Amino acid sequence: MPTAPAAAFLAATIRTATPLLFAALGETLTELAGVINVGLEGVVIAGAFGALVGAGAGGIAAGFVTAAAAGAALAVVFAVFAAVLRADQIIAGTAVTLLGLGATGALYEWRYGATGAALSIPTMSAAALPGLARLPLVGPALFDQPPVTYVGYALVPLLWWWTYRTHAGLALRAVGESPEAARAAGIDPRTVQCAAVAVAGVLGGIGGGTLVLAQVGTFAEGMSAGRGFIAIAIVALGRWNPAGAALAALLFGAASALQFLFQALDWRAPYQLFLAVPYALTLVGLALSSARRRGTAPAALGRTDL
Amino acid sequence: MFAPAVGPDLGQALAAFWHGSLGSPYAIVSATLVRATPLILTGLAVAIAFRAGVLNIGADGQFLAGATAAAVLGVALSGPTGHVPLRFLALSAALVGGTMLGAGWAGVAAWLRRRFGVLEVISTIMLNFIALEAVAYLVRGPLQEPSRVYPQTQALPSAMHLPRLVPGSRLHIGFALAVLAAVVAWWVLRSTAPGFRARVVGASPTAAASAGRIDVARVTLSAFLISGALAGLAGAVEVTGVTYALYDNISPGYGYTAIAVALLADLHPLGVIASGIFFGALEAGAAAMQRDAGVPAIVATVVEAGLVLAVLAAERGRIRFQASRA
Repeated sequence: MPTAPAAAFLAATIRTATPLLFAALGETLTELAGVINVGLEGVVIAGAFGALVGAGAGGIAAGFVTAAAAGAALAVVFAVFAAVLRADQIIAGTAVTLLGLGATGALYEWRYGATGAALSIPTMSAAALPGLARLPLVGPALFDQPPVTYVGYALVPLLWWWTYRTHAGLALRAVGESPEAARAAGIDPRTVQCAAVAVAGVLGGIGGGTLVLAQVGTFAEGMSAGRGFIAIAIVALGRWNPAGAALAALLFGAASALQFLFQALDWRAPYQLFLAVPYALTLVGLALSSARRRGTAPAALGRTDL
Repeated sequence: MFAPAVGPDLGQALAAFWHGSLGSPYAIVSATLVRATPLILTGLAVAIAFRAGVLNIGADGQFLAGATAAAVLGVALSGPTGHVPLRFLALSAALVGGTMLGAGWAGVAAWLRRRFGVLEVISTIMLNFIALEAVAYLVRGPLQEPSRVYPQTQALPSAMHLPRLVPGSRLHIGFALAVLAAVVAWWVLRSTAPGFRARVVGASPTAAASAGRIDVARVTLSAFLISGALAGLAGAVEVTGVTYALYDNISPGYGYTAIAVALLADLHPLGVIASGIFFGALEAGAAAMQRDAGVPAIVATVVEAGLVLAVLAAERGRIRFQASRA
């Protein structure tokens, strides 16, 4: 394989995987606490829109703050219905996704006009990590990225450690496996679930913000384009483990980046079919990983009777 | 910060909404009921699946599968001059083909759940995306219209259009089919043994298996297939009744709105007729509002989301109230 397409392929893999990684890490926490948030798609688009508003007013850093806040705000709406009122999580999540897509679309058209007038904001420039970026092939792809990508890298071991090596992480997993046992141990399942959903909202919002602030440089209606849904699939593919989610996000990123690789190599194939590859591969991956029973879903996932 | 770039007049917007949805017999028949037809069918698909404990969020993909089959069959069964021998049979074949491909698309998710234990919430969403990309490919590739200018399939000859239900309007007999399907679904769920089994499985799969000696896997598979069939029929009806061709955005998210339709109906098949018409009016009115008053039609999506959340809150409130009095 020639070096240039390979490096471009790796870089595209990381670029596609980054927003998915943030959203999937948050959803991993949510699901470990026994809640599945199909509203994540709405959270991601809320983050993207929040980023546009914040960055327009105060630059990139402000954009990430408002992205996180917008994601968290929508996640809290979901938490009220799913964790407090104990409504059906799938239905509440679907409504929150509709709310996120609808509200951002309407606000965008209201604020910026139906055409959007090619609104563009500066994007976060890449910052090469000294030394690492000079590694052959992988260096530029992995270590010459916008800083938000490095935050994503760092979050993976951090969340893994938090989940499996701290009391708080144990409490989170206890709520997802057996809320009764958690309650007997003095843990309030609803509080834990609300906190997990809210933190996931921050992460999902940052994921959406990354799209706008580090990649596209503008907002478009529906630009989340299913990334929140994909992140939910990535969580299952990663067997409800932060490290697994990172691997699954990379796998999905690589599958999406195939189209760039094939374009670079001048292989002619209908690109829509390549766009479908990541989804099909996710299904295959889910089937294989489920069949091997390597790590299973939290036992209380989706339960409403707490 | 949020000074609106366009300042639509509220009265003008509401007037446009009214005229576009319920303000005249023509609006009701040609806008609201036409829009309600796919919503009733996909809403039924969701309601039946949810009643049996199958979380089919893939009605959108199944709709596209059905639309594709109908677009292909509709052209294939008509001659080069647009003459269609045995018109009734040909139209029926297009609808049945759409129904079957919709069921087949849902069957993939059913198989993944049964064979590998993949959650259908995730698999049906992935299948939605695969269907979207497949349609995008087909209408630019093997199924593109002969002149190869537009990304859509060859238009169906008029003989392959569904007959009008109300002469001189846009309303086709697909609406009657949708209402009929709802009535049949209601009767099956309420008065037949398979319907009873589906309700028991939906209420508690473990109880159904142990106390009722019900083959849960089989009931689940049936629910998947029937749900997919209804969503596929919705797609086939839309192609033969409204669009006459397949193209990219043929579904503005019917499969997702369908969840709101089913929920507002409390998953009751007859209720789906009413909530489908309600959402049809909402979307027809919103479209008119965008056209005539410049208000983004996507506002309808916000209203739909708000309605679902309100229903959820009311339902949970009722349960708590009853619990507190018990």
